Amino acid sequence: MKKSEVPQDKSNLESANFRELCYAVDENGEYTTENSTGWDPKTIALNNAIQDIKERIDAAKKRVVANESSPIDYYMEVNKMDLPILASYVGLWQWRVKRHFKPQVFKKLNTKILQKYADVFDITIEQLQDIDKNI
Amino acid sequence: MKIDFTHHQSAHCENGVVSNLLKHKGYQISEPMVFGIGSGLFFVYIPFLKVNHAPVVSFRPMPGIIFKRFAQRVGIKVKRFKFRNESSAEKALEAELQRNNPVGLQVGVYHLSYFPDEYRFHFNAHNLVVYGKEEDTYLISDPVMETTTTLTKKELNRVRFAKGAMAPKGHMYYPVHFPKELQLESAIKKGIKTVCRDMLAPVPYVGVRGMRTIAKLIRKWPEKKGVKVANHYLGQLVRMQEEIGTGGGGFRFIYGAFLQEAAVILKNPKLKELSLEITEIGDSWRDFAIDASRIYKNRSSELDAYNKVADQLVALSNREEVFFKKLKKAI
Repeated sequence: MKKSEVPQDKSNLESANFRELCYAVDENGEYTTENSTGWDPKTIALNNAIQDIKERIDAAKKRVVANESSPIDYYMEVNKMDLPILASYVGLWQWRVKRHFKPQVFKKLNTKILQKYADVFDITIEQLQDIDKNI
Repeated sequence: MKIDFTHHQSAHCENGVVSNLLKHKGYQISEPMVFGIGSGLFFVYIPFLKVNHAPVVSFRPMPGIIFKRFAQRVGIKVKRFKFRNESSAEKALEAELQRNNPVGLQVGVYHLSYFPDEYRFHFNAHNLVVYGKEEDTYLISDPVMETTTTLTKKELNRVRFAKGAMAPKGHMYYPVHFPKELQLESAIKKGIKTVCRDMLAPVPYVGVRGMRTIAKLIRKWPEKKGVKVANHYLGQLVRMQEEIGTGGGGFRFIYGAFLQEAAVILKNPKLKELSLEITEIGDSWRDFAIDASRIYKNRSSELDAYNKVADQLVALSNREEVFFKKLKKAI
């Protein structure tokens, strides 16, 4: 890649006022570095990934509203987690977390366990129990 | 307290932290040098494992290995600590800062407040340097950022004790023992040999053979998984190749910069030629990314397009096979 060809496309980096470093060759064939504001092929890939996460969140929301799943399922997706990551954060076995996905089981959880989940998701217990209160 | 520490931006966090810590101690070691001696160039496909709901392909070895190899090869000793709880981790960090010693930390990315939201995901092997503390705020030099930044005590504890795969557990490290002069010549040779060995490894998941395996899979994805999933997989592959930290072209350009420096140190003009060649290969990786992005941009596509990018990947693997054989002979 030539220094003059380092892409300067619009990307999500702009919001954070941040440019990444690329290695490129200058006119004399010597390696040097150049900052890049972004590159379309990766921005598209990233946007697709974000879209994918949004779809997963929406699907989880529907499951919770339909009472097929507990709010933990929804908040897990909101926090871009999966089961192993969530279990590791709350410090419980995966099968226990999975069990808490059942609405009947979730309703009976004690405050101590609920607080653990709330802390991990950075929300209050009220928000944890009612996904409509999530901002 | 604030340690007089110069921040240099780098492409990749691990090399960047090493390079910055060494520059602080007066050794002028560039990022590509750390990357090359640590044999950072790699390709691996890990079957049966999924991250972000896609197959795992990595263009670099396991986090931490580059630094470990680099330190061993040039003769630096590194002291490392892990902690049970936040308070002891905090105490140890503070003690080092009091001693005027900037330290490297392994952290999780998800709770790094200064990262753009879109880039915050559960990845636990990011590296940064802490070089001071003012009241309750730590002064941070994150090598992928353009300038220095800060984290509050609470934020720093949170990222140091991120959970999940490769949890950092407060991991803190700093170089303690230096040889009088860094043994660069032999270290560079070792670094190059390891890369050649790995890239030419006779296993279908590693190096050039790993690329061929992925190419085969790409051809099957649209039929087997459906266009939507196939596009998601392809997008993830391009992200691994080009995301922040690679310096572009799946680390090929950083490696080119390393070979150029190595040619001067070893007085070996052949390496300079090879540097040009890997740069061209890197350009072809970029072309591969562009063509792949055309597929997933439209979120639907004819099967032929997948075959086309798979062909490109096979061509790349063939060129790299030739390249690494030549590189092996050159040293």
